[in-house]
Amino acid sequence: MKILVTVKRVADYNVKVYPKADGSDVEIANVKMSMNPFDEIAVEEAVRLKESGNATEIIAASIGVSQCQEVLRTALAMGADRAILVETGAAPEPLAVAKLLKALVEREQPDLVILGKQAIDGDCNQTGQMLAALLGWGQGAFASKLTLGEQETEVTREIDGGLETLILKLPAVVTADLRLNEPRYVKLPNIIKAKKKLLTTLSPGDLDTVLAAQLTTLKVAEPPKREAGIKVADAAELVAKLRNDVKVI
Amino acid sequence: MKNILVIAEHDHATLKTATLNTVSAAQSIGGEIHILVAGNNCAGAAAASARIPGIAKVLQADAGHYAHHLAEDLAVLIAGLAKDYSHVLAPATTFGKNLMPRVAALLDVTQLSDIVGVESTDTFVRPIYAGSLLATVQCSAPIKVITVRSTAFAAAASEGGTAPVETVPAAAPLGVARFARQELTQSERPELTAARIVVSGGRGMGSGEGFKLLEDIADQLGAAVGASRAAVDAGFAPNDYQIGQTGKIIAPELYIAAGISGAIQHLAGMKDSKIIVAINKDEEAPIFQIADYGIVGDLFKVLPELFAELDKLPPA
Ligand SMILES: Cc1cc2nc3c(=O)[nH]c(=O)nc-3n(C[C@H](O)[C@H](O)[C@H](O)COP(=O)(O)OP(=O)(O)OC[C@H]3O[C@@H](n4cnc5c(N)ncnc54)[C@H](O)[C@@H]3O)c2cc1C
Repeated sequence: MKILVTVKRVADYNVKVYPKADGSDVEIANVKMSMNPFDEIAVEEAVRLKESGNATEIIAASIGVSQCQEVLRTALAMGADRAILVETGAAPEPLAVAKLLKALVEREQPDLVILGKQAIDGDCNQTGQMLAALLGWGQGAFASKLTLGEQETEVTREIDGGLETLILKLPAVVTADLRLNEPRYVKLPNIIKAKKKLLTTLSPGDLDTVLAAQLTTLKVAEPPKREAGIKVADAAELVAKLRNDVKVI
Repeated sequence: MKNILVIAEHDHATLKTATLNTVSAAQSIGGEIHILVAGNNCAGAAAASARIPGIAKVLQADAGHYAHHLAEDLAVLIAGLAKDYSHVLAPATTFGKNLMPRVAALLDVTQLSDIVGVESTDTFVRPIYAGSLLATVQCSAPIKVITVRSTAFAAAASEGGTAPVETVPAAAPLGVARFARQELTQSERPELTAARIVVSGGRGMGSGEGFKLLEDIADQLGAAVGASRAAVDAGFAPNDYQIGQTGKIIAPELYIAAGISGAIQHLAGMKDSKIIVAINKDEEAPIFQIADYGIVGDLFKVLPELFAELDKLPPA
């Protein structure tokens, strides 16, 4: 069984980002970039499936600027076998990413595609579902547990009321939620080994895919700031304030 | 302009309140609004949709394979209907987030997630980077496929309308996914996203037993119980209690955070609450920067005191 796993390069989750001075976009020049945390979980899941003998090959793919090679090398160090970068300009919209991934799927014929459920920059939470739609496959979005069979996979999903389990025909698309696993720390020898693994670069043209944008960002701004309030001495004072001043209890 | 289609989230018998917030977003776009209720024996939810004032028409698609709201099957139905609409809206709940990208891809259009503002028929505001920034985006797609953040739009009225209910044929099932089972968290308390008061705990609660302190206070206040990711990961609380960037987004009148540090990913889910109370032993904890009232102290001392004070409180 072959698994395709996707990784996006995003501003590190610990970094605070600001609008550009002219408010036209997000300022990400000189910001520390990392692998999207949900994608780390996706890669970890693929690697565990290989370690448990359920998968034979893991291909990591990223779509974006040439520096995305860094996150692909991380995926290789975690245990992916080879990597593909589809080099584009600035980040394409989720639909365009899904179309590129569909073309990659047609080329590589994986039995399972695992993506992070959302990227923490745009917070769109779309690409996996879109890819599944374009392929006509089943989707296990927001997965917290994945059990792989021969013809089918059982996916437990985090939903608003609790958990839901679906059975998907293979091939299928799964998107990783936070509790699917805890990604491993990459060890130095593996980072060195990863440098020797195959990383192929393609262009959208190589995949016969034209990227059309349908969204224009007009403005990026910080939301109104909330002011810090006051400290109260104890529970009695708190309850008095909540009852008499703001009347919420 | 063509009409707007709102996809109802429901349990077949009744509507989920997020549907009403989505209707309200549709109203601020302007135009004739239709509601699609796709389910199994969903006449109850269709009738409830028809009672929403100002709805022109309710479409009801009833079929066994819509019983579990599988995105694979619903998306085919909605994409078929969507061609007659300028906008298709659903709540940005796990239901809508699972479904709408699939609809958009079938229509070959982009999708807008989690809108919090409507500037015009093609321009919307949405949070990015865990809500630390707001982007205003213009969408040139012929059909705008959108999910709506409930906390940003007041719920539309639920009674008084008399829209006609029209039956639409179900689409054939895709046959790639089937429902196996559900484990829903059982609770007598109000639903997190609808509660007027939420009492929430983090890693500082120390254990699932620690959460009992919060639950007692929640019951005094008629509140829902929430949690940070760290508390859920540690097994103190079930996953559907999680509030934040990747959990639930809430804006209650009162949010009480105990043993929660206030990471940006957590704030993303609760910073629009009307009044925020923080209880934390670390006076440097970032949660205090947005709290209206803070108590610096050990929650194992403060929470029992709070319980006692609330117990003494005469009815409002
Ligand atoms: C991709 C991604 C998505 C995420 N999504 C979410 C999300 O949706 N929701 C979310 O909440 N987090 C999310 N996180 C995690 C987030 O970054 C924080 O790690 C998390 O919110 C921390 O939870 P916490 O405040 O409970 O724990 P901590 O940060 O460990 O804070 C515990 C607090 O408890 C206090 N404390 C300890 N003992 C006591 C005591 N006895 N009395 C009083 N105070 C005490 C401490 O002073 C501390 O401030 C996400 C992270 C990533 C990377």
